[in-house]
Amino acid sequence: MRKNAVAVVGAAETTELGVIPNMSQIQLHADAALNAIADAGLKLSDIDGIATAVETPQQIAHYLGITPTWVDGTSVGGCSFMLHVRHAAAAIEAGLCKTVLITHAESGKSMIGKLPRSTAPDSLNGQFESPFGVYGPPSMFPIPVLRYMKTYGITHEQIAMVAVVQREWAAKNPRATMKAPITVEDVLNSRMIAYPFRILQCCLVTDGGGALILTSADRAKDFPRKPVYILGTGESVETPMVSQMETFNSSRAFKVAGPLAFKEAGIAHKDVDHLMIYDAFAHLRSMASAISASCRTRKPASSSPTATPAPAASCRSTPTAAD
Amino acid sequence: MAEPARAKPKPTPETQHFWDGTQAGELRLQRCDACANVYFPPRPFCPSCASRKVSIFKASGKGTLYSYVINHRPAAPGFTPPYAIAVVELDEGPRMMSNIIDCPQTPEALELDMKLEVAFEKLDDKITLPLFRPAKG
Repeated sequence: MRKNAVAVVGAAETTELGVIPNMSQIQLHADAALNAIADAGLKLSDIDGIATAVETPQQIAHYLGITPTWVDGTSVGGCSFMLHVRHAAAAIEAGLCKTVLITHAESGKSMIGKLPRSTAPDSLNGQFESPFGVYGPPSMFPIPVLRYMKTYGITHEQIAMVAVVQREWAAKNPRATMKAPITVEDVLNSRMIAYPFRILQCCLVTDGGGALILTSADRAKDFPRKPVYILGTGESVETPMVSQMETFNSSRAFKVAGPLAFKEAGIAHKDVDHLMIYDAFAHLRSMASAISASCRTRKPASSSPTATPAPAASCRSTPTAAD
Repeated sequence: MAEPARAKPKPTPETQHFWDGTQAGELRLQRCDACANVYFPPRPFCPSCASRKVSIFKASGKGTLYSYVINHRPAAPGFTPPYAIAVVELDEGPRMMSNIIDCPQTPEALELDMKLEVAFEKLDDKITLPLFRPAKG
């Protein structure tokens, strides 16, 4: 178990969120980073560790003017930055660096300075998925959904409810892009993207980013913000090929990482009353909740696979503001 | 001007036997000689026990529909939406992505667990894709 050895001492998003036509992707990284460094009351020269994904750590380090003694470019998709927190905590504990900056940004809407997304035709994805018409996340992420629905007897109305409840949570977040309430009917009547998912069930495309500053707990006490200690972390990966997932009813990475984090923190499900899930597409939250099973007011996952606590429920669950 | 073509696979030394197979009208899988694990995609060792002693064999070409989406937008080059992107569970165990032909691309026609059989679609002189159609009988 971790002994509160590392803490988050600065956290910020980009100055704007949503549509930012006047900033390139690397500048979104820098904007979030400078905001986080200011939040922590630090100078650029205090940062000696950098972690980022998609963009490389050397691009971010050089652009910001930082000379790091530790870098991490682990890039495993939208959850990369959570893995960076784990890696940064380990690096700080090992004495490889003292103060780590983690940055994430995407010019997803305005597409300025965004690296092209391409799949080499001789990669495994290029040989065994791309030829069958997979074209970006909306055609790929929902592929397991019909199997998941059949396994658990979930109706289209029930899975549409996930997006409805996500929107209720988003309304409480002043920085959320979409805040207007929606109904199950709105979801089921929205434009079809990749059956069974319609546009209101797909990941928003956003310009924006975020950054964190981590340091050792013994230094954390001297920072202007109340430190947030890292109690437990877990990580895993499964496969970049959706067709090769072990099962379409869950994610092996979730199933491995979740229990690791609980074990490291030395806590149980009953101790958790705030759950935040990276919920890019509307089924991911259900899958992740089922693994985390953190909501003490809820039945076990297998009997309520779409259980998505509404804001009024005693179990708090907060959607992310940006992709 | 020609319509944009669908993404074309480029075989590697480890996958060449698979693409030679589809050209010859065979769906080829690999089985571990040590632990009998049947696996896909191709590689010259067993991902279950790491043995390098593996054999290529002709699969039955039969399977069932494990899951799918019917993609409306954005459509991949070479595809006319709506089109189904399917994952087929082969009778030998492994799953593979494919498309379902000779079948309406609708939720009503595409029933999970329906029986499928392989069909080969030639893209050019080097590449033939393994697609699937509803099994006869």
